[in-house]
Amino acid sequence: MSAKRKTAAREIFALGAEAVVEGALLAGCSFYGGYPITPSSEIMEGMAERLPRTEDGVFIQMEDEIASLGACIGASLAGRKVMTATSGPGFSLMQELIGYACMIEAPLVLVNVMRGGPSTGLPTSPAQGDVQQARWGTHGDHSIIVLSATDVQDCLHMTVKAFNFAEKYRTPVILLLDEVTAHTREKITVPLAQDLEILYRLQPSMPPEWYKPFEETVRGVPPMPPLGSGYRFHVTGLTHDDHGYPTQKPDEVVAAISRQFRKIDQFFFDIQITDEFLTGDAEVGVVAYGSVARSAHLAVEQARERGIKAGLIDLKTLFPFPRAAVEGLLRRCRTVIVPEMNMGQISREVKRVNPGTSTVWTINRVDGHIITPKQILESIRKG
Amino acid sequence: MAEVTQLIHEYLRHDKKFPHVLCPGCGHGILLGSLIRSVHALGIPKDDVALVAGIGCSGRVAVYVDFNTVHAVHGRALTVATGIKMAKPDMHVIVVQGDGDALSIGGNHFIHAARRNIGLTVLVLNNFIYGMTGGQCSSATPLGCWSTTTPYGQMEKSFDFVEMTRAAGANFVSRGTVFHVKTLDKLVRQALVHPGFSLVEVLTPCHTQFGRKNKFKSPVDMYQWLKKAAMPLEAYEKLDPDKRAGRIPIGVFVDNHEPALETRYAAMRAKLAKG
Ligand SMILES: Cc1ncc(C[n+]2csc(CCOP(=O)(O)OP(=O)(O)O)c2C)c(N)n1
Ligand code: SF4
Ligand SMILES: [Mg+2]
Repeated sequence: MSAKRKTAAREIFALGAEAVVEGALLAGCSFYGGYPITPSSEIMEGMAERLPRTEDGVFIQMEDEIASLGACIGASLAGRKVMTATSGPGFSLMQELIGYACMIEAPLVLVNVMRGGPSTGLPTSPAQGDVQQARWGTHGDHSIIVLSATDVQDCLHMTVKAFNFAEKYRTPVILLLDEVTAHTREKITVPLAQDLEILYRLQPSMPPEWYKPFEETVRGVPPMPPLGSGYRFHVTGLTHDDHGYPTQKPDEVVAAISRQFRKIDQFFFDIQITDEFLTGDAEVGVVAYGSVARSAHLAVEQARERGIKAGLIDLKTLFPFPRAAVEGLLRRCRTVIVPEMNMGQISREVKRVNPGTSTVWTINRVDGHIITPKQILESIRKG
Repeated sequence: MAEVTQLIHEYLRHDKKFPHVLCPGCGHGILLGSLIRSVHALGIPKDDVALVAGIGCSGRVAVYVDFNTVHAVHGRALTVATGIKMAKPDMHVIVVQGDGDALSIGGNHFIHAARRNIGLTVLVLNNFIYGMTGGQCSSATPLGCWSTTTPYGQMEKSFDFVEMTRAAGANFVSRGTVFHVKTLDKLVRQALVHPGFSLVEVLTPCHTQFGRKNKFKSPVDMYQWLKKAAMPLEAYEKLDPDKRAGRIPIGVFVDNHEPALETRYAAMRAKLAKG
């Protein structure tokens, strides 16, 4: 540890990927297991350089993405805040273990820097094709938190948020970036950790013999001591009772699964983050996320200059889907436009929550190029 | 007997409803007994043991013992164990896997964990078959043997776990059987204290899914086969190569003392901290 204490926030010129690294370290991440893949490798390289220089940081390059997530889950059980980063092909490989992490309620942060797909697709081009996979990719009914980030500064803040949610709700959190956000270089401010809200998983207050690792609590989130701390318990991907032991009894199964849903879904007001821009009096709305939200922001400004009452909701939380905010926009606007670098994934959600008060238009782009402000503006003018 | 009862009370979970899931005659429980005796003999506190298991009948043994137990997903136990060991190098991280778990679906992780020489004690319960899913062949099913997915006989050669692990670079590589319990206890004890990746391949009968399809009349027959086929490595090496067919060497095959991954990692971190 350096003897000189950092006393002020720093300004740096950083890639989105580097901002993720800064955010993770500020949040207290001390374990990274990963496997390289464009366009996420800069996150891995950043962690490889930084973690071994921290007091207890562990970086390990694993043999594939399955192993990467497996190692993260192990370290999370051992009490660490953990992160891995990948892109489409690796994200697909991780799906089984994402479900395992949901089932055993292991906090972890998984960054997916989206590139064009399916398959090897467009390795160096941006896309947003993994949105529904992030929500539903693993098998079985489960609840999960999926976040996104708009620009480089946002990458830092949303990474910190991702860790906080993972710890607070004992769940995997997926941070969906796209190639543009991860590879854009901008000036950002790196705050001091002491100026941020940093959350840690709840620890048991009862003695080990009273502790039940998956017990119902007021918030639905059981305390989670690290392995080796005297609280010996069983962890399994089999549906388990509150002691962690496998069960097939219908009442215990229902209790376990519904708690896993409830612990996230009932706190939607805390988890659903949206950034609203000129939505108060909007007649034409835009719902966007990731780098597309930046284009949309500019398009809305330009529309306003032309006298069109346009407004934007920038979704920082994709799932649980911010229904209340989007529904409000749908009630106010005659048209809501959803631009995405995919064939229409968040637009499905927007249409799903549409009370019938608005027409939902989509702008879809899958050619590996960004959606420009001009494209969105054209649509707004027609809307 | 009193000692056995004492160990049962000390190490098995009181709040876990027995009976267990294993078939009569299954060898998996014998290895569990061996593990408990070894941990006890070495005086390792229960809190310091993380027992990570794969999926299969072999993986089910973890739930019964009062350690920090993790039942992972099929083939990935070693990855979870790697995370635990790197996060908490002072813990004894023990992995129990089946032959299918370790070297069919989990083969890649197995090779790399051995290559890294990370300090895990890995106990592979090799019953030559997928027991849990109903007797399909695994990468350890011997040539010519029958399983539900090799109804005309296995045509593929099987893995030699010992040679594989040796080639991958592990520090400690051994093989025992659940018939030769004294030897097994010794091997497990050695593996528990040996730095770096330590394997005990444990040959064990699954009469339900392997034996019945392969002309073993009863579980007892299978134990008798193990008794006859296995012989100490030293004696095996002295055997005329023509007489080796059908015999299985047991004992310690590799006994190296290279630094474990976590030791190298700690050294690197200490060096970086000095500046
Ligand atoms: C990804 C995945 N594929 C398949 C299965 C089904 N499955 C469960 S156990 C098993 C084989 C277990 O065989 P082995 O590892 O030899 O253990 P044993 O039951 O013989 O002890 C299989 C194929 C699974 N659980 N997960
Ligand atoms: S099926 Fe085979 S491995 Fe599984 S419990 Fe029965 S005897 Fe043991
Ligand atoms: Mg088997």
